[in-house]
Amino acid sequence: MTATPHAGSTGPSPNADLAPGAEVLLRALKEQGVEVIFGYPGGAVLPIYDAIFKQNAIRHVLVRHEQAAVHAAEGYARSTGRTGCVLVTSGPGATNAVTGLVDALMDSIPVVCLTGQVPTHLIGNDAFQEADTVGITRPATKHNYLVKKPEDLARVVHEAFYVASSGRPGPVVVDLPKDILINPAPYVSASANGHRSYRPRTAPDGEQIARAAALIRSAHRPMLYTGGGIINAGPEASRLLTQLVAETGIPCTNTLMGLGALPASDPHFLGMLGMHGTYEANMAMHGCDVLINIGARFDDRVTGRLNAFSPNSKKIHADIDASNINKNVVVDVPIVGDARLVLEALLAAIRIDGGPDREALATWWRQIDGWRARESLKFEQSRATGAIIKPQHAVRRLYELTQQSGRETFITTEVGQHQMWAAQHFGFEKPNHWMTSGGLGTMGYGLPAAMGVQVAHPDALVIDIAGEASILMNIQEMATVAQYRLPVKVFILNNQYMGMVRQWQELLHGGRYSESYSEALPDFVKLADAFHGVGMRANTIDDLDRVILEMIACDKAVIADIAVDQGENVYPMIPSGAAHNEMLLGPDKNRDNAEVTNAGMVLV
Amino acid sequence: MLGETGALRSATIAVLVENEAGVLARVIGLFSGRGYNIDSLTVAPIDDKGRSRITVVTRGTEQVIEQIKAQLSRIVPVHKVADLTVEGPHVARELALIKVVSRGEPRMEALRIAEAFRAKIVDTSIESFVFELTGATEKIDAFLDLMRPLGLVELSRSGIAAIARGTRTIE
Repeated sequence: MTATPHAGSTGPSPNADLAPGAEVLLRALKEQGVEVIFGYPGGAVLPIYDAIFKQNAIRHVLVRHEQAAVHAAEGYARSTGRTGCVLVTSGPGATNAVTGLVDALMDSIPVVCLTGQVPTHLIGNDAFQEADTVGITRPATKHNYLVKKPEDLARVVHEAFYVASSGRPGPVVVDLPKDILINPAPYVSASANGHRSYRPRTAPDGEQIARAAALIRSAHRPMLYTGGGIINAGPEASRLLTQLVAETGIPCTNTLMGLGALPASDPHFLGMLGMHGTYEANMAMHGCDVLINIGARFDDRVTGRLNAFSPNSKKIHADIDASNINKNVVVDVPIVGDARLVLEALLAAIRIDGGPDREALATWWRQIDGWRARESLKFEQSRATGAIIKPQHAVRRLYELTQQSGRETFITTEVGQHQMWAAQHFGFEKPNHWMTSGGLGTMGYGLPAAMGVQVAHPDALVIDIAGEASILMNIQEMATVAQYRLPVKVFILNNQYMGMVRQWQELLHGGRYSESYSEALPDFVKLADAFHGVGMRANTIDDLDRVILEMIACDKAVIADIAVDQGENVYPMIPSGAAHNEMLLGPDKNRDNAEVTNAGMVLV
Repeated sequence: MLGETGALRSATIAVLVENEAGVLARVIGLFSGRGYNIDSLTVAPIDDKGRSRITVVTRGTEQVIEQIKAQLSRIVPVHKVADLTVEGPHVARELALIKVVSRGEPRMEALRIAEAFRAKIVDTSIESFVFELTGATEKIDAFLDLMRPLGLVELSRSGIAAIARGTRTIE
């Protein structure tokens, strides 16, 4: 290939620690604590694969598609709190990874993605498997780098890990031309001096904390609304949240990304909020007088119609990313900081000055209990022999039987109805045990994410709650699962429809089910078999518990194909453009004034 | 979206950045990707520490401008973001090179007006001038309006460079 001279006055100093770039790269990864790389080889990254071959410190997991490598790294990152690492080749390797990168960007997941690149002298020449990777991934990452000089290599890799994992976490791409990987490069350790320009703020402002604490103390109907920021801030943040709730008695809801921050069994937990949130969570959001948002971003799935969102509340918003504050909703007390530090400071302030008035809070709880009594997640499951399985019941039984098994259980999902049923009916007691594609809504996320979780937690029970449509988007990863003997369980709620599309077509498009029915689905039992796994099927209620128990007991990868009611919709539902107090509670219940407006029709 | 209603204002924002590959693309990509307007944009290196200064003139509601500043601040190679429009008095200037082709009376008139505006003649031929004019955007606009009927054929503007008045600096 290339042989650029490196001796001479412009090269590294003679006593520098020189090694081929690929080896310098691996040494930097090792220093960063990387244990496993999810990747796929190709021409431009062959030197890295050669270096991987020659060492044992870092494992490589060979995926079957680069998108899956990123999702696997996300699953690894979200279940461990560490940064996931991805390695793909130039051109199509990099472009295939883009969906995963945007997924990690939207959900603030720390991932470093190393991409191969054609040698520096060929960049811009439309060389074979060349793509403008830094150009393509610029809006798909938190930050990206193209390494053009050997002396930048080690520093850039260290910096990439720092940027990915600090502040609001996110994906970082390091584009590595092949000559940089082959030619000698000097090794440098990670700098302790911090970044020249990037200095994320983590400690909250004391004055704003005092204002927030005073507002909370004055509240009669306070409400905590927390998101993925709590999970990203580490398990200590979840513990502090649980403590804050216990000491003050403030009701708490979690976003889809924030589930597990407060144990689902905590009596103060009102369930998830938003488009498919519980009646009590959404009504409490609508009716509260002080809203405390920690680590959530007032996403459109959460707020519903903005001009009717929590109309009578003073709002506190703590976020590590200042650009999230006053983006969608104007707040009264903005706090920029890490959720753990914010919670620590808030808890300390409230301990000194006291929390909300207990009597007012008791009245508020009576109102909330009234909303709870509507049992908005209720569904009817017939127990008659041969009865059709309700998807909600399948998730409930999965939850109960995994709990009974006593095994540590991680849940991933694909995207659609099954994802919402999993969020509603599976109780998450701990953070980092629930991985789902929230912001981007990536079908095909769940199986590779489950792989990444299982790699990090070899003895745990890792279940991908899937739909039959989503699972086909990354089904090739069953081969990865087989190769590494990962006992991942795929639990398919099979209604033969792209269920969420079908639901919207039923509710918004006159029941014209345009292209949402999957003809000619594969036989998932045989498919599991073909991929060296175990296939199971539940056709009726009589099979369900047996299949779940067999699946949990099986020490191999399993696809459990659960045939569920085709007509079931996810309720409650706030239709697009409606407000929190305008929920559809179910097909046969009052619509609570909800109607789909023309303005709502244009929303997704 | 928040900020769709409310009075529009213009903002002159100074952004101190690491002078590295792609930094301008990050800033421009932010504006195009999030649907913000750019009225003017200038960029050049400013020191030997490897930093550049971008001056961007944009318009939007107060909330949109706040959002633009917050989004700019989270770009990794950005050191500092300052909204010169609200942070105190500032000077904003741009430079224009204006080519006017004419003969006879229009040519004489163009020369007289250029003198009145203190425009410099940086190139001339028997039937053309290239004027260099520095000043506030409004002054340049006024000059251009006068030159149009007098043979203005081509124009190159630098966009705005701006700096705070007094001892205050961006750092």
